[in-house]
Amino acid sequence: MSANGTANAAGNNLIAQRVAFIVMVVFLLLAPLVVYPVFLMKVMCFALFACAFNLLIGFGGLLSFGHAMFLGSGGYAAAHAAKVWGLPTELAILFGTGVALVLGYFVGLLAIKRQGIYFAMITLALAQMVYFFALQAPFTGGEDGIQGVPRGLLLGFIDLNQPLAMYGLVMAIFLVGFVFIWRVVHSPFGQVLKAIRENESRAISLGYDADRFKHIAFIISGGVAGLAGATKAIVFQLASLTDVHWSMSGEVVLMTLLGGLGTIFGPVIGAAIIITMQNYLAQLGAWVTVVQGVIFVICVLAFRRGVIGELARWLKKPL
Amino acid sequence: MKLKLSSTLVAATLACGAGAAQAQISDAVIKIGVLNDMSGLYADLTGPGSVVAARMAIEDFGAARKGMKVEIISADHQNKPDIGSTIARTWYDTDKVDVIVDVPTSSVALAVNQITRDKGKAFLASGPATSDLTGKACSPNTVHWTYDTWMLANGTGSAIVKSGGDSWFFLTADYAFGHALERDTEAVVLKNGGKVLGKVRTPFPGTDFSSFLLQAQASKAKIIGLANAGGDTINSIKQASEFGIVKAGQNLAGLLVFLTDVKALGLPTAQGLIFTETFYWDANDASRAFAKRFSEQAPRNNYPTMVHAGVYSSVLHYLKAVEAAGTDDGTKVIAKMKELPTDDPLFGKGTIRADGRKIHSAMLVEVKKPSESKGPWDLHKIRAVIPADQAFRPIDQGDCPLVAKK
Amino acid sequence: MEIFGVPTQALFGQLLIGLINGSFYALLSLGLAVIFGLLNIINFTHGAQYMMGAFVSFLLLNKLGIGYWWSLLVVPLLVGATGMVIERTMLSRLYKLDHLYGLLLTFGLALIIQGLFRNEFGSSGQPYGIPPELAGGQNLGFMFLPNYRAWVIVASFFVCLATWYVIERTKLGAYLRAATENPQLVQAFGINVPRMITLTYGFGVGLAALAGVMAAPIYQVSPQMGADLIIVVFAVVVIGGMGSILGAILTGFGLGVMEGLTKVFYPEASNTVIFIIMVIVLLLKPAGLFGTQK
Repeated sequence: MSANGTANAAGNNLIAQRVAFIVMVVFLLLAPLVVYPVFLMKVMCFALFACAFNLLIGFGGLLSFGHAMFLGSGGYAAAHAAKVWGLPTELAILFGTGVALVLGYFVGLLAIKRQGIYFAMITLALAQMVYFFALQAPFTGGEDGIQGVPRGLLLGFIDLNQPLAMYGLVMAIFLVGFVFIWRVVHSPFGQVLKAIRENESRAISLGYDADRFKHIAFIISGGVAGLAGATKAIVFQLASLTDVHWSMSGEVVLMTLLGGLGTIFGPVIGAAIIITMQNYLAQLGAWVTVVQGVIFVICVLAFRRGVIGELARWLKKPL
Repeated sequence: MKLKLSSTLVAATLACGAGAAQAQISDAVIKIGVLNDMSGLYADLTGPGSVVAARMAIEDFGAARKGMKVEIISADHQNKPDIGSTIARTWYDTDKVDVIVDVPTSSVALAVNQITRDKGKAFLASGPATSDLTGKACSPNTVHWTYDTWMLANGTGSAIVKSGGDSWFFLTADYAFGHALERDTEAVVLKNGGKVLGKVRTPFPGTDFSSFLLQAQASKAKIIGLANAGGDTINSIKQASEFGIVKAGQNLAGLLVFLTDVKALGLPTAQGLIFTETFYWDANDASRAFAKRFSEQAPRNNYPTMVHAGVYSSVLHYLKAVEAAGTDDGTKVIAKMKELPTDDPLFGKGTIRADGRKIHSAMLVEVKKPSESKGPWDLHKIRAVIPADQAFRPIDQGDCPLVAKK
Repeated sequence: MEIFGVPTQALFGQLLIGLINGSFYALLSLGLAVIFGLLNIINFTHGAQYMMGAFVSFLLLNKLGIGYWWSLLVVPLLVGATGMVIERTMLSRLYKLDHLYGLLLTFGLALIIQGLFRNEFGSSGQPYGIPPELAGGQNLGFMFLPNYRAWVIVASFFVCLATWYVIERTKLGAYLRAATENPQLVQAFGINVPRMITLTYGFGVGLAALAGVMAAPIYQVSPQMGADLIIVVFAVVVIGGMGSILGAILTGFGLGVMEGLTKVFYPEASNTVIFIIMVIVLLLKPAGLFGTQK
């Protein structure tokens, strides 16, 4: 799939991105004074999830229709580690991320061999298998999910039950994950990935092992998604089947598409818009689904660059 | 009903601190949150009807006369624990809700139970089934009203075995609720001298039960126990009728069935079904009067199920306790509710135990034949009454940490 | 006599039931395969269109008193027509782009349709009775087979056979297949390719709606009925080979039987078995069992 905002080496093109980054950090620092912090934390977790997904589709050209399996497995693993094994919060989150990385490795092995629609279908099928595993396995609690996950103490002394402490941790995790993906995209690895997306046979003829690059991108994408899921499980103190259901995979596609595929800040804005919309329209019940469907349709037909994509085009700078 | 999201952090902290410390009604308003399934599988048996029931309780309590301000807010948890817990958290943190009522779907109820306990509010659970709410998950901030899986298993299970249904085959919805129901009912069947000839786990949610019903038929068990609820129960009963199972001589035992399920099935399909409930609108004059008032305001003029009755009864008792205790602090009010005996026109006189279990009698009912029914909602006949002291699990068998071990 | 602890009589009963479920899988995957095979569109809306078929029959019965037999004819035409409108107004704009955009568009449309129906009707099922001509059943000895379910097997078998015949053995089918391979050339011969594409999409959608009408009496008519089914049907089409009509039909019936067997021996896995098979097939035979590499 084509994306916009290809970075060229000229330094001034990155100024727009750096400015946007500073704006985002300032907003995140000030927002909890006005907006309910738990809501902001939810947005950040989903923004990180969407950024991870965007790495694969926007820069790698691979549409994964099963990304919920990473969000959910990271969440379940972290919840289990924190609640049942009593691991300190930071280790629980790392464990969740680790499980998602391993899952990404194995799923990637199976999926990378195919392209396009077949790739999407394989990821969907494997995600369904993860879903049914989560439904059946005793430790995931089935329909109940894993509840009562303790927030715990960060580094042994910071009480995460204080909303601001938890917020600080989530913000730190989000920024670290975001910057990591940003660096990956602008690294030589990221450049090769984009080359593979544009013309795989040419990249191979230049000597790059396309499958290996795609596999690594898949693992990174899965791992960061798992990080988002693990953090979310600690914030909400709950890991449930919703996080592994295929509709969650559909939602992250929507967030990234709306925000702008292949842009750095697109997924963040997309996640913010969708989560905000879900909250405000919650009392309207099924209208949320209809609105999301309408956004999908409009984006595909007339707004393929997404919010940030259009903004970047207007500014003539990549975002 | 709007969910407000923005509030200043400082103000929120102050309000929480003030509410817990003073023996006064916080913000001078008692805010009741009705959280249930407004548009899904359970919308008819709880849903907007529960809001109607809560409002009726507030009127009958006479809040306006007594100068107490009571408000209701409601939301749809869509049977998902993550949505339910987010709503509960937001309600307690920013919308100043004092008590949450209803919450069908055990997984959501357990999540709300935990959050309510963490924040020191109150939870009146008239919708969910899991007996864990008065067992290992019991909390000083929660009262479990209406019914639970133990009561259903014991009421229906033992009554059926005693009347000759001594060989069983279970169709169990493959999730925690279904397993719990199957486990509790199997224990009762065995205790009463019956046999369990087989069981099959049906994927949840399911649409086609034909192959499982076929296995049940092949087992030749006298009773096919449906350890499922909602759409699964309705589908299994419909398909059992299609495959001529009841005509061929086996009987279906619905382990969790509501008045609205029977209405949806229709008498020709559902006749003869035996199950347990704790409220039936046609049981006495008081319940009939309630039903008439309720159906005038309920969506599609539906009649009340036992969950609706539970919402009414729990809200009424809650308001009495707030009045007596002089505060709407969750922990204190729940303690007061356990002190005061309950008395309302729907469940009669009862008590609330230390583990949070509300005690009242139960009824074993059978669905009427079409020829026996004289009105669109004349659906059940009462076969037996299970007295209050036998209906629920004995307090010392639940592993509730709040109960001192003898 | 027993096989793996299950009496053969019971096994035959389960196989028959599996075949009944397989009929729905076959009909639905046939529609999907037609649309993908001939138009290269991945129609995620298929599940919602199946649901629309069931709902429109319900509405026809309850509002206009039009019964089952007329619905079998009328509903696929009505829903197929809505499909053609979708194709004309939206899908046709995406043909020049990556196929995945078509997938996303139809996914969004599915959300819209399902959401609208959920708003209107709520999530609980609506009742739709079995037509009286097909009520009752036959005692086959090893099981009691309801007449309606027997009808489902027979009817879907004929529809599948007829569709396969038209596409693979008639001139019209030949035009369709040629138009997929080289639309410009076929258009140069004077055949109105865009119109054929629209009609083909409508036909595929009509097949989904037909499956919906047939499902209404035995499965609950609810807005969610297509949502989880569509994922399974995708797996069927992928296993069968994305463009292969025969593959879709055989895999559909085959999967029903496999699922039926799994329900006997290991019911908890009956939802997952299709995906396991799909992964295995994709690894060993990437184009599917009957597919050709496109």
